[in-house]
Amino acid sequence: MYDHWILTALLVWPALGALVVLVAPERAAKHIALGVSLVAFALSVPMWWRFNPSGGMQFLQNVPWVPAWGIHYAVGVDGISLFLVLLTTFLVPLSVLGSYTYITKRERGFYALVLVLTSGMIGVFVALDLFLFYVMWEVMLIPMYFIIGVWGGDNRLYAAIKFFVYTMLGSLLMLVAILALYFHAGARTGVYSFDYYQILRASGDLGQAAFWCFGAFFLAFAIKVPMFPFHTWLPDAHVEAPTAGSVLLAGILLKMGTYGFLRFALPFFPSVGMHPVVQAIVITLALVGIIYGGLVAMVQPDFKKLIAYSSVAHLGFVMLGIWALTIQSVQGALLVMINHGISTGALFFLVGMLYERRHSRLIEAFGGIARVVPLLAAILTVVSLSSIGLPGTNGFVGEFLILIGAFQTHPWAAGVAAAGVIVAAAYLLPALQRVIYNPLDKKENEKLLDLTPRELAVLVPLIACIVWIGVYPKPFLDRMAPSARQFIQSVEPHLPAVSASR
Amino acid sequence: MSLDFSNYRDVLMGLLPELVLCGWALVLLLVVAWRHRSASDLRAAGWVAGVGLLSTALAVWWLWWNTARAAGLASMIAVDDFRFVADWLFLGAAGLTVLLSAAYLEREQLLAPEYYAMLLFATAGMMLMAGGEDLMVIFLGLELMSVSVYVLAGFDRRSPRSAEAALKYFLLGAFASAFLLYGIALIYGATGTTNLTLVGAQLGAGASAHGTMLALGVGLLLVGFGFKVAAVPFHTWAPDVYDGAPTPVTGFMATGVKAAAFAALFRVVGEAFGNAPAWHEIVWGLAVATMVGGNLLALAQRSVKRMLAYSSVAHAGYLLVAVVAGVPVGSAAFLFYLVAYTLMTIAAFGLLAAKGRRGESEVLIDDLAGLATSRPWHAFALAVCMLSLLGFPGTAGFIGKWYILVGAVSAGQTLLAAILVLTSVISAGYYLPVIMAMYMRPAASADAHGGVRLGRLGATAVAVAVAGLLYFGVAPNALLRLAGQSSITTQTPIGMSGAGPASR
Repeated sequence: MYDHWILTALLVWPALGALVVLVAPERAAKHIALGVSLVAFALSVPMWWRFNPSGGMQFLQNVPWVPAWGIHYAVGVDGISLFLVLLTTFLVPLSVLGSYTYITKRERGFYALVLVLTSGMIGVFVALDLFLFYVMWEVMLIPMYFIIGVWGGDNRLYAAIKFFVYTMLGSLLMLVAILALYFHAGARTGVYSFDYYQILRASGDLGQAAFWCFGAFFLAFAIKVPMFPFHTWLPDAHVEAPTAGSVLLAGILLKMGTYGFLRFALPFFPSVGMHPVVQAIVITLALVGIIYGGLVAMVQPDFKKLIAYSSVAHLGFVMLGIWALTIQSVQGALLVMINHGISTGALFFLVGMLYERRHSRLIEAFGGIARVVPLLAAILTVVSLSSIGLPGTNGFVGEFLILIGAFQTHPWAAGVAAAGVIVAAAYLLPALQRVIYNPLDKKENEKLLDLTPRELAVLVPLIACIVWIGVYPKPFLDRMAPSARQFIQSVEPHLPAVSASR
Repeated sequence: MSLDFSNYRDVLMGLLPELVLCGWALVLLLVVAWRHRSASDLRAAGWVAGVGLLSTALAVWWLWWNTARAAGLASMIAVDDFRFVADWLFLGAAGLTVLLSAAYLEREQLLAPEYYAMLLFATAGMMLMAGGEDLMVIFLGLELMSVSVYVLAGFDRRSPRSAEAALKYFLLGAFASAFLLYGIALIYGATGTTNLTLVGAQLGAGASAHGTMLALGVGLLLVGFGFKVAAVPFHTWAPDVYDGAPTPVTGFMATGVKAAAFAALFRVVGEAFGNAPAWHEIVWGLAVATMVGGNLLALAQRSVKRMLAYSSVAHAGYLLVAVVAGVPVGSAAFLFYLVAYTLMTIAAFGLLAAKGRRGESEVLIDDLAGLATSRPWHAFALAVCMLSLLGFPGTAGFIGKWYILVGAVSAGQTLLAAILVLTSVISAGYYLPVIMAMYMRPAASADAHGGVRLGRLGATAVAVAVAGLLYFGVAPNALLRLAGQSSITTQTPIGMSGAGPASR
């Protein structure tokens, strides 16, 4: 039973909760939202055990939606999306709890939007119908747009519209490509349907059109990731968004791009995606992202912007892991997607907490606060180290797997990426030092308060995950391996064929 | 029900909706001849108009329910589902306009109940246009509609801007009509008939014999229609006229008038000129120019009304894409899109009309700042309209745009589809600032939105429209089926490479 309704429940429940929050009294909104998101998390947890690692797509459900066009409400998860769904349900209650004191105006609207956003994010990860996927992909734009635009910083309007237009530009072209695939598959098989597998089966012989379709998908996902030349919306959106917005943006929304590559772009068009030229371009861009993101992060005076650029670097690792196409690198990429959600999410929470205390995000506004707020300093240190990828933390496992995997197919790329780890240390450690060590030379910092129990409740689960994945990642990797292998098998056979025929 | 147009009873039956509507319009004129002074007279006229529109819709429904079809020789009036659905659309647009006008007219002290009579006559003209199987009938309908709308545009006779709008619209509209008429004359010269079916039959048999004259005729016809639907480069009248006309009238013009011209255009190119030379390329070019031009020009506007005017130009471009996609899938997409477009545009203009104070025509986008705090439902409705105009999933505007894209891609026009979506991205640049102003900026003063009054009828109309937008955005099945079954069908589908499922 559970298997049948769980995904639908995860989609519907937060949206219903949003309605309740909208009509609730202003002061109760946050508590209701927390309750709703905790229930969603509790509902989703049994999936971890019910999931059969070797079972392919699971928790399936398929109901016709617009039969005239072959549109279905089709959902399911496999080893790739399971963790992203769980990550979503895990991060949302923390984001809500983390916003308790940060959001002070129009609380009802804020929490309702967070819950709508939850439905949209889960929808993107579970959709197995391209129409449904597209709808969810766009729908989650609106709540994020409002979250940035209404509750954001001073420059929020610019950041919000930039975020919106960038994403929309990519996704609308993807819409045309989806339609082209739909008609191609329909003409090939006689069945007009947006079903994922239907289109997957027929997408092999697209010919010239495959190039354009891949381009459209690539643009949509590369903007979302964001890959190097398309990343400019990210720092603006991250810096202006309120804490919960940044956490969900970094933790979940960015993963939609890499998820899109894994689920759609590469399995649909393996011969284009793994064409040596395309491969070289993507890997180069991934490496540029790693190094460039790190270097730019190094010179940021704003702590939040520094973390935003570090996201560009982390996601560069993910892209490298996907395109290196070995079992370790793909598993590593999947793991980094999770890790980045946890570590960077925690970093954004911490910056938000610092901001609430000091109303500044500038690194130079702090200094020596370890003596004033030891607990906060300790947690910031642990999280930073995990973001750098220190052994024993989750960051190490993921990046190490990507490096091992990439080394087998692209040794030089792995070499460059390894340098990226050093860059990560070079931007995060000095920042850490300037914030929490150094002399305590600012009067304002002498009276800072340490973490409250509520803030600890936000951070401790994240720290627990950091340590758990860092020490014992096996349960994660076991559940990912079959799906990662299947992904590689669906893409790989096209490799020799390409080099022989073209 | 089969109608034989050689006997006059069946002719009357086929024209029943138009006759009912004209009858009510005459009754209304008669009534207002005696009672045309006070606000209560205005209200009474509004009710009469509403009843007239409703009974006409019932007459259309009766014909539709009995699947009325013309039998025998080629007739001057088409009796098919395309006409019926289009009629409902015009009647719905007129009905929403009546509801939205009530509060507006009283606020602006435009106590002239003839307003409603003009509205009914204009609607009758639109119905004739959608039902014209003969170029002359289409022209007749066009003139009936246009003359009524000229009057409506200048209805605020104390306002110089309204007068300017009416005069401009009249001069350019007359110009466009002349083009259209000349085109009809040339087509008559080339084929010896003005009946669409007969023209289509002749062209099917081989049109090359009278190529140049026919091509000229078709070209002039397209110019005439281009003026009426405000396609770039024939759009220059639209912003000024839309801006100057009373706001509910602007909504009516942007939806009903445009819809009627498109309906006639679909019938003309679908039934008569499927095989004619060159129109395909011309409409293709017009579509691209209109989408690009309309969106870019809208981007530069600060007044909400002008922005909506240019945005309606852009939407004409999207509809032209449906024309290029051809019948039947294009005309089905057109019907669906028009339902969505009518709902969102009329609701948007209605909400805008409620915002302006008396005698104040200009509402800048900045004037909407902070609306969400003081008028949450008003802001929410306008936000839904903006998102739907943008074509955002979850709203009917998205399904409509999707349908047009389906049509374009299935007709092999992938490039046109790509241009459509790229220009829609531009449109985010002017729809979103409205939402931003309402939700993300503080109000200029505490009393900035004190004068916003929609009225009970207006609120009903907007609520119906917004609910429709959201409902059809999530559950479009019934409307899709209706649109699909009501598309224009011909023996010579044009530009259809692969028959998609949507064509059925």
